[in-house]
Formats: sequence, structure tokens, C-alpha cells
Amino acid sequence: MPEKNPIVTFKDIEKVYRGGNVAIEHVNLTINQGDFVCFIGRSGSGKTTAMRMINRMLEPSGGVILYNGEDIHKTDAVKLRRQIGYVIQNIGLMPHMTIYENITLVPKLLKWPEEKRRKKAEELIKLVELPEDFLERYPSELSGGQQQRVGVIRALAADQDLILMDEPFGALDPITRESLQELVKHLQEKLGKTVVFVTHDMDEALKLATQIVVMDSGHVIQNATPSEILQHPANSFVEELIGEDRLMQARADVTTVSEIMLKNPVSITPGRSLVEAIRLMRKRRVDTLLVTDDDNYLKGYIDIETLDKSYRHATSVSDILNTKIFYVVDDTLLRDTVDRILKRGLKYVPVVDHAGKLRGIVTRAAIVDMVYDTIWGDSDAEEGAPGLENTENKDNPTKSDSASSSKEV
Amino acid sequence: MTNLSTWEQFWYYLANNGSYVLSQFTRHFLISIYGVLIAAIVGIPVGILIARRRRLSAVVIGAANVIQTVPSLAMLSIVMLGLGLGVNTVIFTVFLYSLLPILKNTYTGMTSVDKTILDSGKGMGMTSFQILYMVELPLALSVIMAGIRNALVVAIGITAIGAFVGAGGLGDIIVRGTNATGGGAIILAGALPTALMAIVSDLVLGFLQRRLEPKKA
Repeated sequence: MPEKNPIVTFKDIEKVYRGGNVAIEHVNLTINQGDFVCFIGRSGSGKTTAMRMINRMLEPSGGVILYNGEDIHKTDAVKLRRQIGYVIQNIGLMPHMTIYENITLVPKLLKWPEEKRRKKAEELIKLVELPEDFLERYPSELSGGQQQRVGVIRALAADQDLILMDEPFGALDPITRESLQELVKHLQEKLGKTVVFVTHDMDEALKLATQIVVMDSGHVIQNATPSEILQHPANSFVEELIGEDRLMQARADVTTVSEIMLKNPVSITPGRSLVEAIRLMRKRRVDTLLVTDDDNYLKGYIDIETLDKSYRHATSVSDILNTKIFYVVDDTLLRDTVDRILKRGLKYVPVVDHAGKLRGIVTRAAIVDMVYDTIWGDSDAEEGAPGLENTENKDNPTKSDSASSSKEV
Repeated sequence: MTNLSTWEQFWYYLANNGSYVLSQFTRHFLISIYGVLIAAIVGIPVGILIARRRRLSAVVIGAANVIQTVPSLAMLSIVMLGLGLGVNTVIFTVFLYSLLPILKNTYTGMTSVDKTILDSGKGMGMTSFQILYMVELPLALSVIMAGIRNALVVAIGITAIGAFVGAGGLGDIIVRGTNATGGGAIILAGALPTALMAIVSDLVLGFLQRRLEPKKA
């Protein structure tokens, strides 16, 4: 994140409902500008209550909430709400207003001139890839997904910096939900908005959030980035919320390349002759050799095809050395590598340290082991080294791939 | 005269007393409209109020229900005790009877507006007055209109009885017919325009009500 200005701060917030029901207790929280914060927890955990206090839809029983450094209790609630976008699960479009009127409702309340409102609406409807003539339609003429797209841009219409979303995609089918998640994430990054997003879906939170606030019975259990949450769940509750599958994948996600690489790669120095090279290949049953200098710095590789072609007019390894080599650094996370290895169709990838010294190689077989472990556990890992050919057809690598991409956000 | 059929007598009466019938028709219509209008002016705000304060609603609607159970002739007499003979008594009675449908429909219309819409309106920064006139009233208008329509049809019927307290209107012609020997045609001359008025106002208001319905596909 470029800047780290707190936009919302909770100071010892408490909410007790009439009848003594404690919804929130001693919550301290900072939300920074440009962050995508997910409040996650079961129903009744206080996540929605916490969110609704930001735009004063609910008033805290104790504590102070600062918005841009100002105590919101001292500002005009109506003015405050017009600065904060609001998207709810049931969409809440006005059924008697056209899409245009719906989108420009807040600008109208703020008394923007008509041309400015029209321009804004046209700009926004393009942003969510809906045709412009939808502006003259009524909400009931749109599908649920289209309606929520309108719901999202309605929250952006008055250039709000902060947008509150209360399980906005909970009622949508999985495919529509996914496309809306991508849209929101894209808009948030593109426009630099701060989003506070309430959800009970961990997948959604991991996919969207830059900061996840795990809540349970009115307390903040953990407040961390998605990868921290995955790697170091605060307690068993968080672990349960994340789910065993994701924890397992997360473990794979933090494996570095050096942990699964083969440590003694077959290498040769440039000064050796091709005869020596072919002998070495035969002896070690490989079709390529990595080329390193005397100090073990990686220079390139030679393969059997070039060797065969140039056998007559070349004598030393350096003559047929291919320096265009793809390699990875040993402390790279495996998840970042898997994708590239698989996509490039490489049989193996050399691993070097930061200085450029050859340390080992990662083979496709090693990746198969890793994926196997992720899915079946470590117990019977030794069975998990089948022939390399199978790797390509297995969709398992894509699974770890999707786990990694969800963590990159 | 006596050798004419009732129907022929009816046309004969209309032809000779047309302007009289027309003036009573207008009078009748205005009495009904005034009563309903005042009921709307009182009933709609009260309906909005009780929709906001649910605890009041049982009391208010209960009271309006009680008024409705009193027979209209009895109600006219009771009101007459206070306001004496004349038009005002009838207008007040019409007002009392119109109150319940208008109140009830306003209450129903207001409370049936989707809560999530109100929540999103408030969350976007509408004042409660803006929510009322930009969201709640437009969405409740057709239901309120149905109440007014109902009230007006009932009011036209009650106004006909108003002739007994000397308010005039088409009821006057009906009473005249009941007092005359063989006055069937005169009764028709009063009753048919009354029925016609009720039917036409029902149709017109029904059309209006549909026009006011919020767009729904």
C-alpha cells in the first residue's frame, strides 16, 4: 500500500443492545486508506454490528470511532453517510427509480447539477460493463448479478473514499459471485478506495482482503494479512474458520524451493570437451547438463540435441553453451515457481542462491510429490513419485496454483 | 302519466327536472368528496405516524374499527345531535367512515415497504424526511390510493342517507320518490345516478391507482 493513513479507527468500542446482549466488546481497530478489510466470523460474531457503526447506522455504547481523524459521533450522521458508500446483501435498489436515478441518488442529495450526474452515471455503468441503455430501466428488469453491479457503482457515485459492504454477494450464485468479486477487487485497486467488507466466507475473504479481521462473540480474535492468517492462525477457532483444506494448501504455499530441490544436479564446466559431456550424460542418464564455472556459478546449459547437431565443428562445452536459462532463487516460495515450471513445460528448473551459485534443481517429479502431499497428507509421500509424464495431465497442480493466486492478493 | 311505464316515467322525469337532478348530483358528489378529502388529510399523516410507532397503531386502528361498526343511519343521528341538521353533519359522518380505509391502507402501505430499501436509503445518507417522500410514499401510494377509492365508494352511499338530515343530494330525490304514490320512477331518478357516480369514481380511481403502482416487471 502506498500510504498508510488511518481512515477509520475504533477505540475501545463496545456495543450492548437493550436487554444486555453484548454484541461487541473492547474492539480496537485501525483501517488504513486503500486497504481492503474483511470482517469475518459466524453470524452473531458482531462483524455486521462493527461495520454498521462506521456510518452510524448503529451507535456504539462505549468508545470512540474516528473517521479521517474526527470523532464521528460529533459529525452529522447524514453528512457522514453521504461520504461513505454502502452496499448491502439484499442490494436495496429503489424499485420505483430507474437505474440512472438509483446510481445518482447520493449525488442528487448532494445537489450535483444534472449534467454532472448524467456524466457520472454513464461513466460508472461502463465501469461495470453494463450497456448504457440500462440506465433507463428499472431494477426489476435486471438480473440479480446486474442489480448488485448497480448496487456497487451506486456506492461509488459520489466519489466516496470508503465503501462498506455487508455480505454483498451472499445471495448470488457462485459464478456471478466470482465475477463480482473480481470486479470489486479490480475497482478497489484501480480507484484506490478503502473497502470494509463483511463476509462469512473465508474463500471470499482470502481472495479479496489485504487485511482480515476475524471476529467471534464480539471480540477481534485476529487482525492480520491473509497470508499471516493462513500461516499463523491465532487459535483453533481461526483454524477451524479457515478449514483444514486451506491450511494444508497454505503449508504448501510457504514451502521454499530449496526444501524440495534435488541437491546434486548434474553439472559441467565450460572448459570440458563435448566427449566428456556426452559421457557424463550417459552415465547420469540425463539429456541436458547445467554449465557452471569453477566456482559453481550457473552459466547456462547444454542439451543433447545441440550437442548432436554441432558435434563435428565444436569441441568444448562453451561452444554450444545456451545461456538463455530460466532459473529460480532458492528462497522463492514454491507456489510462485510451480506455475512457471508447469506453464513453460520445463522438465526441471535450476535453483541458484542469491549470488548465482547453483544449488540444485526442482524437477516435475518433486512438484508431483508436493501436490500429492498437499492432497493426501505427508504420511504416504513415498508413493507419490510416479512417472513424470503424468504430471501434465493432472489438474492437481492447478489446485495449488489457485491457492497461491488467492494469496497473492 | 299513469299509463306510462316506469321507464318512460323515468325519462319524462329526467327531461322535466334535469337541472334539478344535475344540481343534486353535484351536491351529492361534493359532499362525498369533501368528507373523503378531509379524511385523507387527517388519515394519511396519522397512518404514517402509526406506521412509525407501531404501539399506537393497535389503538388507532381499533378506534377506527369501532367507528366503522356503527350503522350509518345511527351514526348520522349521533353526529346530528352535535352538529344539528344540514350538510356539515353528513360531511362529518362521511369523514368518520372514510377514516378507517384510508388509515389502514396508509399503515399497510407504509409498513410493507421493504426494510432493506429503507436501510440502504438511510445508509446512503437520506434524511428521514427524504426517505418518507422519496421512498416510502411513492412505494405506498398505490395502496393509499386503494384506500381512498374504497372510502369514496362507501362515502357516496352514506351521502345518499344524508337526505334524512336535510343535506340534500341525490338521496333527496329518492326520499321524494318513496313519499309519492307510484314514485318508482322518481326513486330511479335518484338511485341510478348515485350508482353511476359510485361506479365511475371507482373506475377512475382504480385507473389512477394502477398508474401510481411502482414499476414491477
